Amino acid sequence: MIKTLVAVFLAAILTENYVLCKFLGICPFLGVSKKVNTALGMSAAVTFVMVLATAVTYPIYMYLLVPADLAYLETIVFILVIAGLVQLVEIVLKKYIPSLYNSLGIYLPLITTNCAVLGVTMLVIEKSGADYGYVHALVNSFGAGIGFLVAMVMFAGVRQRLESCDIPKSLRGLPITLVAASLVSLSFLGFGGLVENMLG
Amino acid sequence: MDFRLILIAVLVVSGVGLIIGVVLAVASSIMAVPTDEKVEALTEALPGANCGACGYSGCSGYAKALSAGEAPLGKCSPGGEECVKELSKILGVEAVSVEKKTALVHCMGSLDNTTDKMVYQGLDSCKAAMKLHGGVSSCSFGCLGLGDCMKVCPYGAISVCNSIAHIDPELCRGCSMCVSACPKHLISFVPLKDLAVVRCSNCQKGAEANKVCKSACIGCKKCEKVCESGAVKVENFLASVDSSKCTGCMKCVDACPKGAITAFSVK
Repeated sequence: MIKTLVAVFLAAILTENYVLCKFLGICPFLGVSKKVNTALGMSAAVTFVMVLATAVTYPIYMYLLVPADLAYLETIVFILVIAGLVQLVEIVLKKYIPSLYNSLGIYLPLITTNCAVLGVTMLVIEKSGADYGYVHALVNSFGAGIGFLVAMVMFAGVRQRLESCDIPKSLRGLPITLVAASLVSLSFLGFGGLVENMLG
Repeated sequence: MDFRLILIAVLVVSGVGLIIGVVLAVASSIMAVPTDEKVEALTEALPGANCGACGYSGCSGYAKALSAGEAPLGKCSPGGEECVKELSKILGVEAVSVEKKTALVHCMGSLDNTTDKMVYQGLDSCKAAMKLHGGVSSCSFGCLGLGDCMKVCPYGAISVCNSIAHIDPELCRGCSMCVSACPKHLISFVPLKDLAVVRCSNCQKGAEANKVCKSACIGCKKCEKVCESGAVKVENFLASVDSSKCTGCMKCVDACPKGAITAFSVK
């Protein structure tokens, strides 16, 4: 049990990294990765929302949508629920933990429509089966958040190095960022098969 | 086509939306955090540049301090008089006048007056150039002319021409971003009034300063002697003008043999 959970966790970070291997959540990956600090804040918020969203949407799908034969409404209901959930969390945080609310700042409302969050909640349902239950789904979503953090922080480091490079004029700005992102993504393909062979 | 399927989908989704909406509405009214209306109004009245010229963390920080009565009015130089009027209206106190000031580069080491001691091909930044033997200019105190100040200026008031930075007093709002950006510490504030300003920061002895720049202050003290109000002082071979004492007679400007003191006038 623990062994498979570790495998799920590592796979979510390395071989199935949501940003670099599944190409979800590219918008914050390119937008908020200019500095390591903001990248950290954003990824912390994303991890938090991913786990919370999975914790809520998984039972909704399994115990409400499937029995009522409404599984085809998955996408739209999940979007609604995640958006409402994030708003609720924001209200609660503002009231009870203002310091956390201030440090997450604008990132929290930004994530409501993040495709990585929606992607995690939908993909864990796709994977669910006899040997993949609620706990696996939660571990997977937490790993996905950590994977997002790893990708963001790594890329923020790459971008900070890029700032002091002599880049050809036509490539400055977004073009060189995209090239760098593709190279970082390529490096993550090297993890393929790692988790299965290590713990399988 | 089965219209019942569409109806069910619409009803379910709008039902979920309705439930979430009600829950959110209830939650926001139960857990509403009382916000200080005064702080919000004050934040609204401030320019919102978050420049930090007031010494607080951004405009909201200054607004909080103002509302708590911890901060004096008139700290916001980018906002100017109008901003103070607004703030005093909200706080219900009398307005104080803000002394208008502008940032000034205390150097005239353009390429006409000084020479470069090397050919620099590194990063286009004063801070980087500074690391290499103190920069390109042969005067180790002078402006490097790579425009770190120009890059940080949020109002586009700074231009670099002939390897020296100029600040347009009409565009400058006194936010002090450039003051902290200059690695040579050449920029400081002067009040916007008629006065004489020393446009040199070279503390070397006269002969050495003379070698590196045509318009360097050589510390000859002619300005100090000619000043009637005692505003000009020479220390460390460098003249300085006390702006609070300067009457704007400009006698020191005429007396300076190197033209290092210039008249600063407001149109």
